Amino acid sequence: MVNTSQKLKRRTVVSQIVQKCSKARIISGLGSPTYDLHNAGDHERNFYLWGAMGGAAMTGLGLALAKPDLPVIVITGDGEQLMGMGSLATIGVQQPKNLAIIVLDNGYFGETGMQESHTSNGVDLKIIAEGSKFKHSLTITNHSDMQVLFKLLPPSEGPLFVNIKVDNENLNRSLPILDGVELKNRFRRSLGFEPK
Amino acid sequence: MPEIKNENTNDWEKPLFELLKKHSIKFLPFVPDAGHADLIALSENSSAVKPVVLTTEEEGIAFSCGAWLGGQKSVLLMQSSGVGNCINMLSMLGNCNFPFVTLVTMRGEFGELNSWQIPMGQATQTCLEAMGLVVHRVEKKDDILPAVDASLYSAFSSDQQIAVLFSQKLIGRKIW
Repeated sequence: MVNTSQKLKRRTVVSQIVQKCSKARIISGLGSPTYDLHNAGDHERNFYLWGAMGGAAMTGLGLALAKPDLPVIVITGDGEQLMGMGSLATIGVQQPKNLAIIVLDNGYFGETGMQESHTSNGVDLKIIAEGSKFKHSLTITNHSDMQVLFKLLPPSEGPLFVNIKVDNENLNRSLPILDGVELKNRFRRSLGFEPK
Repeated sequence: MPEIKNENTNDWEKPLFELLKKHSIKFLPFVPDAGHADLIALSENSSAVKPVVLTTEEEGIAFSCGAWLGGQKSVLLMQSSGVGNCINMLSMLGNCNFPFVTLVTMRGEFGELNSWQIPMGQATQTCLEAMGLVVHRVEKKDDILPAVDASLYSAFSSDQQIAVLFSQKLIGRKIW
């Protein structure tokens, strides 16, 4: 039996999401979510952000509106999403059915020395997403909640916001390539667009 | 509802909108400015071009990149003060060589009444150039369409990043 009192492990969670959504395109926010996504298996369907903090959700929105039949998933951290909090309101206005924003919320700025983030201090991203008109907004803290999430993935009745409370473990980095042009070109090629 | 007006009439906005359509621009992410008001209104009534209202201009950078990943073109509309909100997000354009065009209406220069607009208005071109964008500044009405046409052509045919600044002399002073 799974001990549900244990905190969810971010890499397990991301691997499960990737496996469940093998045809989705996934954008990862800078820092640990990019390493987590890469750790789950490098693929041209992934677009890793190495910078542009606060931009992951909006990158996902642009893609989701450009390709309304394609499931699009953004996997990011609490710190990255907090910097782009307004983008939740922007997504709420557009109501893309094919977009899921998944926040791996460990409550800390992990990349910079584990300073507490706002979510360790009572700020609730799920409620902010709810107030921003997301169709579904969930907080997930254990394995049985994950089953609820899997029923909503890949996203087709969104916009979907998921705040997953994860352990604040310090993991080895799993590094994708840094070359943004290559990341862009291979991602676009997977959708049939050749480089200019 | 009070109507915000500039002293010049922006009779170039309709042909400009037609030009955007000719270049197959799909999305107009924007934080509004009175200088872009007609363009935004035209897109609200269009099935070809979709306006996307933003909470802050930097959202429009990431949005444009995401849309291009999905094969669609965007043009970001903003006022000069919004350029300051974009600076770090502009790094995404250069790192990935995303095609990008923004049309920036200028405040804080010719005949500005509100001195709070001056610092960012004066720094707009420097900030954009510091982040690697090519900047075309338009001072005369007749130069608008050629400048935007050339920018869209260059950006989307060879992955360039271009800002077109519409000078305050062109748009006219805001009427208080």
